[in-house]
Amino acid sequence: MIDMHLPILLIVVPLVSAPLCVLLRQKTLVWAFASLVCVASLGMASMLLIRVLEEGVISYAIGGWIAPWGIEYRVDTINAFVLLLVSIIAAVLMFFALPSVADEISGKQHYLFYTAYLLCFTGLMGIAITGDAFNVFVFLEISSLSSYTLIALGRDRRALTASYQYLIMGTLGATFIVIGIGLMYMMTGTLNMFDLSERLPAMFETRTAMVAFAFLTVGMLIKLAMFPMHMWLPNAYCYAPSLVTAFLAATATKVSIYVFLRFTFTVWGTEFVFEKLNLDAFLIPLSLIGIYVASLSAIYQTNVKRLLAYSSVAQIGYMMLGIGFVSVTGLTGGIVHLFNHALMKAALFLSVGSAVLRLGSSDLADWKGLGRRMPVTMAAFVLAGLSLIGVPLTVGFISKWYLILAALEAGWWPIALLALLSSLLAVIYVWRVVEVAYFQKADDDSNVQEAPLMMQISMWILTGATLYFGIQTDLTVSVAQRAAGLLLGVTP
Amino acid sequence: MRHQGIPRVVGKWFIPPILLFALYVQFHGDFGPGGGFQAGVIFAAAVVLYTLIFGLQATKQIVKPRIIEILVALGVLLYAGTGLVSLFLGYNFLDYTALDPAAPPHGQHLGIFLVELGVGITVAAVMIAIFFGFAGRRRLR
Amino acid sequence: MISVGLFNYWACMVLMMIGLYTAIARPNLIKKLIGLSIFQVSVFLLYISIGKVSGGTAPILAEGIVVYSNPLPHVLILTAIVVGIATLSLGLALVVRIGEAYDTIEEDKIIEQDLVND
Repeated sequence: MIDMHLPILLIVVPLVSAPLCVLLRQKTLVWAFASLVCVASLGMASMLLIRVLEEGVISYAIGGWIAPWGIEYRVDTINAFVLLLVSIIAAVLMFFALPSVADEISGKQHYLFYTAYLLCFTGLMGIAITGDAFNVFVFLEISSLSSYTLIALGRDRRALTASYQYLIMGTLGATFIVIGIGLMYMMTGTLNMFDLSERLPAMFETRTAMVAFAFLTVGMLIKLAMFPMHMWLPNAYCYAPSLVTAFLAATATKVSIYVFLRFTFTVWGTEFVFEKLNLDAFLIPLSLIGIYVASLSAIYQTNVKRLLAYSSVAQIGYMMLGIGFVSVTGLTGGIVHLFNHALMKAALFLSVGSAVLRLGSSDLADWKGLGRRMPVTMAAFVLAGLSLIGVPLTVGFISKWYLILAALEAGWWPIALLALLSSLLAVIYVWRVVEVAYFQKADDDSNVQEAPLMMQISMWILTGATLYFGIQTDLTVSVAQRAAGLLLGVTP
Repeated sequence: MRHQGIPRVVGKWFIPPILLFALYVQFHGDFGPGGGFQAGVIFAAAVVLYTLIFGLQATKQIVKPRIIEILVALGVLLYAGTGLVSLFLGYNFLDYTALDPAAPPHGQHLGIFLVELGVGITVAAVMIAIFFGFAGRRRLR
Repeated sequence: MISVGLFNYWACMVLMMIGLYTAIARPNLIKKLIGLSIFQVSVFLLYISIGKVSGGTAPILAEGIVVYSNPLPHVLILTAIVVGIATLSLGLALVVRIGEAYDTIEEDKIIEQDLVND
């Protein structure tokens, strides 16, 4: 029975668990329960990916209402991959959660914190799994609303303004998406993505189609923090509690990129988006500018969390660059980077989180001599940082390799060169942290303990994964290649 | 407003019919306009009116915040639970036919009734919780 | 002449622009939220306009009526309204907390205070 209902269980289990957390209330109990749910979701997501790889597309009709009338959950290679990614991150972070939440969130709010965490998780999984355009909006808002709450729980009062800023931008973005979906519904009378993709081509010549696509794209680009629309991101990541930063950095923008892929490639199709409207002529320059501007801003930051947040904006640029090539190699690079970046950014933010637990600050000035005081944490930071730069044998290398390959394939060698050069900027900002932590002496001699074991478990699982998937690339690359082929309508 | 006669008397007269009307909108939702969302908001409106007249303390003695919190959770659970029941009976999630396979319309009826009840409970509880949340804050200078 | 039949779309666009402008340009955090709400409401109007079938009545089975308005957009918008309420109340809750933490809800003054702290 479980086998048949996997797609819905993946959503309902965390959704039902969220109110149960409110009923349980007791701190440790709630944590244990939430962890159990995340691990169970991880199990179900992996089963789903295996099934999709074996059998192809899985469709599930909610309430027995067959698509296109009812809401359909439609799982193919790409969203099974995204589902797996989100649930891996959610499950692995739960180890980290116990000490981190105990430190940063007041005891009375623990159960509410985990409720919001599970709701955010549900929302992100829902966005990835659904095959209904309006349902995407509903889940988008579930995840966004809970993430605004989570961000506002940060200790600094600036967390409140950051959350407010994100709320305004996020709601504007989501509303733009709704307008786009509404216009699409107006033209075709359907909300099912698959059905839309069949009916939309007849409307390509109309002005409504262009307006709908414009609204949709702007909305999605705000949500995924594409370069000129990224202003909400650095503050939100900087002031949120450590766990929330790691979770959002690894999943929220990634899921938004998936939504972008789904709408541009599956629903509208490459013919309309890239041949008629030439979106790539807009995406590629913007991504490149974004990579450089954000990396340069990262270099000048004095707060490690904020530095990494700017680096996230730059990395989103790489993903969008890969998508902008509109080739199987480019998309493979984009999708692999989506997965890899989630792993390394989560690992980086977790090591920052451990340092924050012991030092109480993520200011670079307070990190002097941290390499000696917290060697294990800093080792994880350095390894994940190497991955961010793209050093061979780490995951970062794999994704950059495919991106540069795609640029050369298309004959755009200047872009390949620019992408390579931008890695130097990453070297600079990672080096700044390393330099302070390893080569400067601490101001005071107070003893700083190493991070608690539970934090190290999460940190090292993710850091280990960045190395493992850097050497053993079969799984990620082959799945990404299949997903890319599926999106472009060619079988690799 | 505890010391003002007119709102107090009008409130005392009106709050019970408002509550009753909320229940009417809730349970009439299957046949005509209405349903959980509207009913929940109307129900909460009665509680808000009571608070405005008799004060937050008096209301919190009748409508305890702890119970409101539990109701928020229970409503969602009722909704999702209805869906899960159909799942365990071998149908798709939220396929109400499962509730009475012999007479699908009856099953559908029962299903939508339960789901709307869940929605109503949650909406009413959430509205009251939001109101309590804001009303409980100190006034800024 | 602008067709009168498209009146509701014009109204919707005007509201949308008012809302968007207010949400972006106003420094007062509450006014921003009001703008955001107006912006969202304009979208509700857009959807409800889509659902209207000329000559149709409310989609409730009744004798002698054949033309019904499309109920689907209404259902979608019911969801969107709930989302809007949630967003607004969360936003207001944040503003209350910001007001308590900064003693002001004017954006420029908040930025000033943050700069002093840095």
